[in-house]
Amino acid sequence: MKAAAAVLRKDLLLELRTLETVPAMVLFSLATFVIFHFALNRETIEGQLAAGVLTATLLFAGMLGINRLFVAEREQGGFDAFLLAPVDRTALLIAKASALFAFLAVLEVIAVPAFAVLLLGPPLGPSLLGLIAVLGLADLALAVIGTLVSAIAVHTRARDLIGPVIGLPLLIPALIATARAIGPLLRTHASGSPPGKWLAVLALYDLVFALLAYGLFDFLLED
Amino acid sequence: MIWCSPCLRTGYLTSFLRTSSANTYGRGLFGLSIATVATITLALVLVFFYAPLDANQGFIQKIFYIHVPLAIVSLCGFIAGGVFAIGHLRTGDRRWDMRSYVAIHMSLIFAVGGLITGSIWAKASWGHWWVWNEPTLVSYLIVILLFATYQPMRFSIEDPERQATYASVFAIVAGAFVPLNFIAVRLAQQYVHPRVLTLTGGNLPGAMRLTFLVSLVGIALLFVTLWKFEMTAKDARMRLRRARRAVLGEDGLRPLGRSAAPS
Repeated sequence: MKAAAAVLRKDLLLELRTLETVPAMVLFSLATFVIFHFALNRETIEGQLAAGVLTATLLFAGMLGINRLFVAEREQGGFDAFLLAPVDRTALLIAKASALFAFLAVLEVIAVPAFAVLLLGPPLGPSLLGLIAVLGLADLALAVIGTLVSAIAVHTRARDLIGPVIGLPLLIPALIATARAIGPLLRTHASGSPPGKWLAVLALYDLVFALLAYGLFDFLLED
Repeated sequence: MIWCSPCLRTGYLTSFLRTSSANTYGRGLFGLSIATVATITLALVLVFFYAPLDANQGFIQKIFYIHVPLAIVSLCGFIAGGVFAIGHLRTGDRRWDMRSYVAIHMSLIFAVGGLITGSIWAKASWGHWWVWNEPTLVSYLIVILLFATYQPMRFSIEDPERQATYASVFAIVAGAFVPLNFIAVRLAQQYVHPRVLTLTGGNLPGAMRLTFLVSLVGIALLFVTLWKFEMTAKDARMRLRRARRAVLGEDGLRPLGRSAAPS
């Protein structure tokens, strides 16, 4: 746990000092909202369409973060240093997934209000709590699967290709659940609470992949 | 070059041949092939001459006897690939990786067959090549999209050890993904089609169910035969390579091309 906290602290400090990943993710999402505005040719959107636009944008922005997640470790020998340290290897999984979760949370704190201003028709206020719950579970899925995929992809030659290509199909069920859960929240007269069925699917998805990642991550670090 | 003097070489070769005949994949392949051909022939006879025509869909419904077994067998094959991969990670034995690889790549071929036959069936009975509200078809596409990345991923990892380990991790994650994906896609339908069939063949009339079960066994046998055949071929190639190295030395070997297959 202490090792995980140390690695997490290192990653967050690195991001704070270089400002490399999160600003890129934010700019990417803002540009995507503008693209959607022109591609759909709509002033405002609502309901399931809005949920789809928001979810797809966040997913693709998340992909940027996933691609960068282990690059520094690979290029600057972080993997070797970590393997030399007498700590549990799962600590790296926990640290990296937490870092990715934090990046996604910061991204959403900026991108969701921007989405509400730029594209969303109905006001966001009444359903904000429900939205936070859904996005929290979705971020967990993205963080866990993203860390696993990124750890696989970083050792391949075509890592920028392999990461998204494996990650996107793996995340499709999470994307379905997120978009369907957000859809009713963004309607004109939203009820304010997301459908429990989809929250349960997301939670199940998080749980299964967290356990899988916990069991399998050790093998990705062998050298 | 003392190590490749003739007597040493032949001595090594005979001992090699003696020990290596112990566990070949080729054993039983002949009987299995005969059983497969017989079962598939029987299934085709049943499909065309015994099973009754469907009241609504007519003749085209008979594609169901190919499509559904292909789908079921390929899904089981993907999951089997994951189970073999667990064997690889637990024991570190590279043969498990080979089994997993062959199972997944066979399943991928069967799954593409299932997708195409499903699409033909959809066109014939609903008038469209692709329908988004048939959950099985959609889940299928997603599973194929995922497993289609298995070989590119293997191919872009240089070190064979690492290739095997990473491929096993992928196979386990993707094997667990198959049922989860089916749950999510099935839930996402606004309304679910009346199912022609449940996995147990519950509401099929007797003659159709018998035909379906024989087809399922036939396709499953075909999968096992092809799997065994490819394992035998890969095994034989590796043994041949080892034998050539023993007799001719390193000069007698052509360099291996880069490959996604385990070697």
